[in-house]
Amino acid sequence: MFQPRSIQSSLTLRDKIMSMDYILLLSILILGITSMFAMYSTDGGKFDYHTKSHILRFSIFFLMFIIISLFQIRFWYQTSTLLYLAFFILLLGVKYFGLTSSGSQRWLNFYFMNLQPSELMKIGLILFLAKYYHRISTQDVNRIKFLFLPIVALVAPVLLVVAQPDLGTSILIALGGVTVSWLAGVRVKFFAYASILFISLTPIAIAFLKPYQKSRILTFLNPDRDPLGAGYQIIQSKIAIGSGGLFGKGFLNGSQSYLDYLPEKHTDFIFTLFSEEFGFVGSLFILILYSVIIFRLIKIGDMTRSSFGKLYCYSFATAFFIYVAVNMGMVLGLLPIVGAPLPILSYGGSSMMAIMLGLGIAMSCRVYKDTPVN
Amino acid sequence: MINFGSGNTVIKSKLISRRMFVLTAAKTIVFCGIFGRLVSLQINEATKYKTLSDKNRFREWKLAPQRGIIRDYFNKEIASNQKVYQLHITPENSPNLETLFFRLKTILNLSDKRIFYLKRKIAKQKPWEPIIVSDNLTWSEFSRINLFLHELPGVEPIVSVARQYPDQSAAHLVGYVSQVSQKDLQKKQYLKDMSVGIAVGKTGLENKLDKDIIGKVGFQRYEVNAFGKRIKQIQIDPGESGKNYRTTIDLEVQKYTTEVLEDKAASVCVMDIYNGDIITMASSPSYDPNSFVHGIDKKYWNELISNEKKPLNNKAIAGLYPPGSTIKIIVALSALENGIWNPKKYVDCNGVTELYGEKFHCWKKKGHGPMNMRSAIQRSCDVYFYEVARLLGVDRLSETAKKFGLGKKVLDGFIEERTGVVPSTAWKRKYIGKNWYLGETLHSGIGQGYFQSTPLQLCLMTAQIANGGFEIKPRVLVNDNKNNLREYIKYKNENPNEPLPIDMLVSNFDLKPLFRNQENINFVKDAMFAATNEAGGTSFRSRYNDQKFMFAGKTGSSQIKRFTELQRELEIKQKDIEYKDRDHALFVAFAPYSDPKYAISVVVEHGGTGSGSAAPIAKKVIKKVLERDQMRENVQNLTGEEI
Repeated sequence: MFQPRSIQSSLTLRDKIMSMDYILLLSILILGITSMFAMYSTDGGKFDYHTKSHILRFSIFFLMFIIISLFQIRFWYQTSTLLYLAFFILLLGVKYFGLTSSGSQRWLNFYFMNLQPSELMKIGLILFLAKYYHRISTQDVNRIKFLFLPIVALVAPVLLVVAQPDLGTSILIALGGVTVSWLAGVRVKFFAYASILFISLTPIAIAFLKPYQKSRILTFLNPDRDPLGAGYQIIQSKIAIGSGGLFGKGFLNGSQSYLDYLPEKHTDFIFTLFSEEFGFVGSLFILILYSVIIFRLIKIGDMTRSSFGKLYCYSFATAFFIYVAVNMGMVLGLLPIVGAPLPILSYGGSSMMAIMLGLGIAMSCRVYKDTPVN
Repeated sequence: MINFGSGNTVIKSKLISRRMFVLTAAKTIVFCGIFGRLVSLQINEATKYKTLSDKNRFREWKLAPQRGIIRDYFNKEIASNQKVYQLHITPENSPNLETLFFRLKTILNLSDKRIFYLKRKIAKQKPWEPIIVSDNLTWSEFSRINLFLHELPGVEPIVSVARQYPDQSAAHLVGYVSQVSQKDLQKKQYLKDMSVGIAVGKTGLENKLDKDIIGKVGFQRYEVNAFGKRIKQIQIDPGESGKNYRTTIDLEVQKYTTEVLEDKAASVCVMDIYNGDIITMASSPSYDPNSFVHGIDKKYWNELISNEKKPLNNKAIAGLYPPGSTIKIIVALSALENGIWNPKKYVDCNGVTELYGEKFHCWKKKGHGPMNMRSAIQRSCDVYFYEVARLLGVDRLSETAKKFGLGKKVLDGFIEERTGVVPSTAWKRKYIGKNWYLGETLHSGIGQGYFQSTPLQLCLMTAQIANGGFEIKPRVLVNDNKNNLREYIKYKNENPNEPLPIDMLVSNFDLKPLFRNQENINFVKDAMFAATNEAGGTSFRSRYNDQKFMFAGKTGSSQIKRFTELQRELEIKQKDIEYKDRDHALFVAFAPYSDPKYAISVVVEHGGTGSGSAAPIAKKVIKKVLERDQMRENVQNLTGEEI
């Protein structure tokens, strides 16, 4: 196993493995297995392309998660700026070499997989800001001079992602960054200023939105506006979830998804499919699994001594929560359809990779909870 | 390794934890919100969404029910259903529509226009929705399609059911079916749940019985995907085929009558005088009702419309004719019943009579000489009846005529049936707004002027005289309504010397006599016998000497155009006048005379005289009907509408 010589650890491999958070590990595994069943159902009850590919990805990235968690936390602290820059370069690469699909340029072709750097940036920004706020003192946090870098680090990738265009991911990246800043102690008034600025800029931003994005926001406000057009997804998703009832229609029996009434059932609407087939009981099961994961992540944050670890774990837990809440809110008709995958459950390699990377670093914080980062 | 400035770290940790607490609280609230939403959708509103999901999932296709069958009295089919061969194309299943149409064009003789229309239709609908290329292929076309089927992907030969009329002779009575029009949808509420493409009754029985004969629509329920494509069949309800009906018509007689009428513009009605069964109701010329089922072609339609003999018109109930001399039996009856005339009273006919300076001619220019009522009916003397009518007055005549069935609809539910006119002073005031003139009474007395009646009304009138003067309710459909007249006759025959008072008849047999004194009815019947069977009678030439077929009848002719004095001088014969100006020829009769069973009316449009063209037709038909009387008697017991 690769370990930089300079960062010597007193922990043996056995110690490391023993100090892992097994509740978290188990929850992730259960969620992963659940996702395989869900994917099997989206393939129409066949062991088909999506299922195979999802199982393979989960296996690879779960292994990656274990390996990452064995790395010293100091390693992640030291490489965080580097990772952020690497992800940023990839994002720039998307702008020039990216693949375009259904009207937006989001992917880089790496032959073995199509990478979506914006997903990785979700983690990259949190890492970068956690390190930044770890290094500056509490008194400096609210100085204008020290606010400059975080704002640039946040706005630059967000603008790149918005331009792809990918509204959902850019919002999720931004929220991750805002969370770190909040936890680091940036004053409420700065968030208020930012909000006012954001709101005043919204009309201008809307002018730059693609027609489909505008229509999605309008549709969210009134789903019956165009029941066969943009409102269709929300209506059909609500029908699917509602018709699942208490115990669901049964595995592989979700008529809404089988008969193609559900759009994007592999990715954004995977929760809808699951809820339709397993009902309220199934939905609650997923919700509890996610709650446990988030709770364990916060718990790790509590245990970690370093500010970097705390900032990272709390922020990642919050970001993870936001991903879940935004996706569920979306399919339940509480939020507009913005295109946000559900962590682990949704199909998609980059999202899985980013989440597993994030979870791995959090687990590494758990293993090295008492080790200072510098 | 302790970090320098550890105090700072502790402050930082506390700050982070404090701020994290706020976020955790927010998370909890949001997850509670999501939980609440799940409860609301999946528990509280589950039923609503289940319904919506099923509405998404299932789609129903209606199945056209089979129309009920109409049979004649002997259970021969008059209107039945026939297998039709249809050709459907499912565009989705055809790799190349162009080549497919090219192939079909050579196999089926499709016109370019039709192909263009079909292509446009395909472009408008979803690729998995089949379109009907042809809804009525011939057997040879169908078998050719089946032969080449393996080369024609996307083509589906389909066997379906459509209305068929094996015989054209009853076309007017039975009517026809055709595609539903906007007007039908407004008028017939039950069509709203019917499938598109169903045929609906337009005229005759098909229209009258439509609601029950059309059947109950079935459906196929399919599970469909979001694009409307059928995934699998969930449920099928074949519906119910319509009610079958048995009519009183004798198809054999009906056919024979139509043959006898050839292509004359004429109609014949034959009725059972006791139970009102209509044996035959023929109207000539006829048309092919099958041509309407799949949409009539323009050429045939124009042919039907432009034909001056009006083939589409059911002359038996929709043709209105002045009854002419056939009304004389009613005039005589009315006069006798009202006690204003002694049948022995003589009137001298010299060919013309005068009233207030207006001349009223007898059809016989030289006159009949002295006539009593019997001989006046026998020879159809107009002058005699001018005199009777003058004394009787139009109102009393009108009352009797109405009582015997003129001036009102005979059947119910036939939209094409017309009422006719029985004139009276009140009628003229109401509809024309003028007072009645005595001269018009004289015209009415010989069935001219305002008088208008349908052949079926004349037949009913004759039947109600022939049966001894009792009201009957004519019917086309066999039903359980019993009529006791036959029993009455039987009783009479068994107890010939025991006269039955009318009130007893009514209470015992529920009969409604139309007379005051039955002797008057018998007098008229006897006079009609004379008209056919005694020398000098108007229909003497058409008589049967055989007791079995011997009938009694009254001729009539109704004027289309008034004879001018010049024509009268020149003794112009009817056959020398232009067709459309010739008189209508009428004849009413009942048979056999000794034991009456049937009444008949014949009207030949522009046929000239009743004796010349109507009576010979009646003669033939009467024979045919009487020959089949025993057969009819034998199936009498077979009752019930449904077989």
